Amino acid sequence: MSMLNQGTTDQLPGADANPSGPVAPAPVKLGKPRRRWVRNRSTLIGGLIVGIIILVALVSLFWTPHFYDEQDLNRSLLPPFWMDGADPGYPLGTDLNGRDLLSRLMVGAQASLFVGVASVLVGGVIGMVLGLVAGFFGGWWEAIIMRLVDIQLSLPGVLLAIAVLAAIGKGLLNVVLVLGFVSWVQYARIVRGSTLAVKSQEYVLGARAIGARNWRLILRHIMPNILPPLMVVATINVSSNILSEAALSYLGVGVNISTVTWGGMLNEGKTLFDVSWWNAVWPGLAILIVVFGINLLGDGLSDGKM
Amino acid sequence: MGKLILQRLWQSALVLLAVSILSFLLIFLTGDPVAALVPLNARQEDYDNIRQQYGLDQPIPVQYVQFVIKAFQGNMGESFRYHTDALSLVLGRLPNTFLLAAVSLALSILISLPVGIMAARSKGRIFDVIASFFALLAISIPSFWLGVILIIVFAGTLRWLPASGSGSWQQIIMPAVTISAFSIGFLIRLIRRSVADTLQQQYVVTARSKGLAERVIAWRHVLRNSAIPIVTVLGLQFGALLGGSVVVETVFAWPGVGWLMIQSIEARDLPVIRAAVLILAIFIVLINLAVDIIYSWLDPRIKLQPGKGAGA
Repeated sequence: MSMLNQGTTDQLPGADANPSGPVAPAPVKLGKPRRRWVRNRSTLIGGLIVGIIILVALVSLFWTPHFYDEQDLNRSLLPPFWMDGADPGYPLGTDLNGRDLLSRLMVGAQASLFVGVASVLVGGVIGMVLGLVAGFFGGWWEAIIMRLVDIQLSLPGVLLAIAVLAAIGKGLLNVVLVLGFVSWVQYARIVRGSTLAVKSQEYVLGARAIGARNWRLILRHIMPNILPPLMVVATINVSSNILSEAALSYLGVGVNISTVTWGGMLNEGKTLFDVSWWNAVWPGLAILIVVFGINLLGDGLSDGKM
Repeated sequence: MGKLILQRLWQSALVLLAVSILSFLLIFLTGDPVAALVPLNARQEDYDNIRQQYGLDQPIPVQYVQFVIKAFQGNMGESFRYHTDALSLVLGRLPNTFLLAAVSLALSILISLPVGIMAARSKGRIFDVIASFFALLAISIPSFWLGVILIIVFAGTLRWLPASGSGSWQQIIMPAVTISAFSIGFLIRLIRRSVADTLQQQYVVTARSKGLAERVIAWRHVLRNSAIPIVTVLGLQFGALLGGSVVVETVFAWPGVGWLMIQSIEARDLPVIRAAVLILAIFIVLINLAVDIIYSWLDPRIKLQPGKGAGA
């Protein structure tokens, strides 16, 4: 699940067989033309889906068909447009409080994307710094950081996220921080591996020989080389963190009810599904579409770059 | 190999130490641990009593040591809600969680193994395209939502299966399908890649060119060699399934540790939350340890580099 989902979404143990060893740059493989076309198509369709969702989130900042929190109990649980008793002004129906589901779905895209991207940034920055330190400086730093990595990898991420959120309380920022702290390990491993591989390259040794300082070596010579593999993991991690946020909010330990999220909508809709299936179906479908799009994009990118 | 196992044991001990510190600190994350430990309607003297009773007036390292000693004695505090031992509450629910995880794992293997192998052998053709699409869909679907949809369709509209509870084999079908969906997709993708990589190895090409039957190649050369990464991940998936059960058990009101934990969160029943986290984490760590040991036994190459663990 996601992270929650399945926790595990964020721990893909099979991702690399030799996590501790340096990652050698893979030779570019040219597959059969047909395979490449399939891959390009993945990137294209995935990118298109993600682009549309981003656009919807942006539009919802300025315009939604109705105000997302406008309640009217006379309109409670209106069905979607093709069913009897529907109101064409509310094409996807309404929730228990008579709020327009289409507008809420549009606004919910903001929180999902925000949590997905922000938590990856948090985890990415922590992981990148620790991975660089471990790979570049080695020694005790490396020993301590890699031990931390081993420990965190063995911990059930979802479980920890739920327990910690239950203790520190709900909130968008808390979810971002917790998901970020749960996922830094993957970045640390990749960054360390790539740093080890790049560090001994001639151009880095050359730069060091002409007197470049450590931070310059890291910023100008090492960082640009480790960004491509990092981007692929980050992309996939955005989708797993979106799933995790949804599961946390569904369980009632994620984001506050005042913030519209798809997981939160599902939480409200879950008791209503015998009378109004649409309250349970639309938010989950929205999550599925955006996560599918991001995973498709990640697949396409990883075949191109890794 | 003995050295490797020792190293793994040491690492697992470290992980358990980290888990125990985390679950110990959980009550401090709530702000005032006393407020978290007393019921919402507590009076001032209750506060003072609890503070003394739990030793919360002592330095934090001392409290931690006491917490660990008590935990080893099987004392994880008393549930606020049930007024019984928190640890036995959690242990009582454990068999249900294990049953669900085991059925889900079996389901994952039964589906993903043949589909993954078939997809690898027909790479690029129609079966592969369809299988890959559904595998991607399976890892993208929110599990709790899949559960809700299954309930709407099979319990609501069709009335084929019970919507919740436990006790009969019909009741385990929907939760097991829901939990294993992600694993199935994940494993199909892994198996497909692993088998496809093996199929390109020179020894397979050689076996084929010397005229061995496809069946012999498949069993003797391909499956054996792709088995190692697959077995590792299978073991790790069991841990993941245990963790994922927290969400799915809640959807189906499956009386396992996960549902107990979510109910305890709603009731602010911290001793039970702490016991549930600790017990689930201990089992996940132990399973990972077992997988690592089995892995090193399966793959003799691992022995040569004890510093670089496989499942790390």
